[in-house]
Amino acid sequence: MFRNQYDTDVTTWSPTGRLFQVEYAMEAVKQGSAAIGLRSRSHVVLACVNKAQSELSSHQKKIFKVDDHIGVAIAGLTADGRVLSRYMRSESINHSFTYESPLPVGRLVVHLADKAQVCTQRSWKRPYGVGLLVGGLDESGAHLYYNCPSGNYFEYQAFAIGSRSQAAKTYLERRFESFGDSSREDLIKDAILAVRETLQGETLKSSLCTVSVLGVGEPFHFLDQETIQKVIDTFEKVPEEEEGEAEAAAPAEQGGGSGSGDQDVAPMEM
Amino acid sequence: MTFTIPIDNGDALKNSQRTLYPYVTGTSIVAIKYKDGVLMASDMGGSYGSTLRYKNIERVKAIGKHSLLGASGEISDFQEILRYLDELILNDNMWDDGNSLGPKEVHNYLTRVMYNRRNKFNPLWNTLVLGGVKNGESYLGMVSMIGVSFEDNHVATGFGNHLARPILRDEWHADLSFEDGVKLLEKCMRVLLYRDRSAINKLQIAKITEEGVTVSQPYSLKTFWEFQAFHNPTAGAQGSW
Repeated sequence: MFRNQYDTDVTTWSPTGRLFQVEYAMEAVKQGSAAIGLRSRSHVVLACVNKAQSELSSHQKKIFKVDDHIGVAIAGLTADGRVLSRYMRSESINHSFTYESPLPVGRLVVHLADKAQVCTQRSWKRPYGVGLLVGGLDESGAHLYYNCPSGNYFEYQAFAIGSRSQAAKTYLERRFESFGDSSREDLIKDAILAVRETLQGETLKSSLCTVSVLGVGEPFHFLDQETIQKVIDTFEKVPEEEEGEAEAAAPAEQGGGSGSGDQDVAPMEM
Repeated sequence: MTFTIPIDNGDALKNSQRTLYPYVTGTSIVAIKYKDGVLMASDMGGSYGSTLRYKNIERVKAIGKHSLLGASGEISDFQEILRYLDELILNDNMWDDGNSLGPKEVHNYLTRVMYNRRNKFNPLWNTLVLGGVKNGESYLGMVSMIGVSFEDNHVATGFGNHLARPILRDEWHADLSFEDGVKLLEKCMRVLLYRDRSAINKLQIAKITEEGVTVSQPYSLKTFWEFQAFHNPTAGAQGSW
């Protein structure tokens, strides 16, 4: 994607019918660190890679609880993601208050998509630079949606967004047909394995990922490090030699940037 | 009960539409849960003060697929509420996504509406009964004009609270059959007919089950006026009563 005379304004069409600002916003999503979502008929698991700005800082929070029955994982401009999460929480709680009933996730994502669309049609606004994986329940069971900066939304059995998400997607594509009937435990295991795919050889440790679960009869909550590590231990036989390799690999990965285009990761993108 | 509202200059312009007293009113609604859902009974009268003016008013209406709403109190306010709910159900249906508002949701929505109107000193002068069935679960609740709201196995409004509920407390039990439920409601309505001056002998009983709503055709109850006490009402009494 190169700079051209049609990309300054979100309200300027290109002659080939594209809105470049919107597409650039979607690029921002691709630069963020990976977020993965998968669902069975009754459960949704959201997982993400914990990326920290530097070794000195803590990692950014990328998964948010919206309500007991809805969670969201973000990739891209985390600040935009937080604002949208707050909006989702607000919509959810207002519905609960008026109707004493949980807001169906399918309706929430439409509200979210419409909100994003507004930013693609006002000259004084810019699109939200964040992709959202929204997992939640409604009357027909568990659902997973992906909301785009363009204002589009899609429903998925499983999906991954952010940098090196293609590796996770390839892994998920091989298995997604069985997810519908998966048990909760298998779903969690598949999520963590998908996260591992995005790490490209780096050893998977529980400190590197955040995993959250919600389901029918199970309110949204994060899995603690111990639980995640136990799942990792079932498939990762980690001998001590690998630790040394991981240390060497990690700084190289951080410096190398994360994906196509820009050399460094912009500070606001995580 | 009258509402005394402090009058300020703005009143004439802004608030001339406030409800101060009810004009055309419906009397009691009585409703019970039974084996397959909910039964609700009301008469078809609309009183204009002490005049039994309108005799064909339907005070029980179906709301969407899963609910039944009965109202006592100001009829025009009931019609207004039906318009609100119509819009609510319409928007719910337009989503076309397999989710639908059940009786619990409608009840809570109405509670919000009634309470917020009460806070603005412009109440909808009704006591509402909301019954319904969704996913096999029966629901029966009530909201008053001041926003007091609760659920129960049997509810009644107005005079029904005083005359019908004692009967229901004694004779209601879970899993009533349809026939027993109707008999119980008719017993309550008969007492109301004898003792409530705004009741008329033309009633409807509505039923809601998982399958849907049925409102009966209007019919009347058999009454008996040959009780000895009615023949010679003052026989046992000294003095005025």
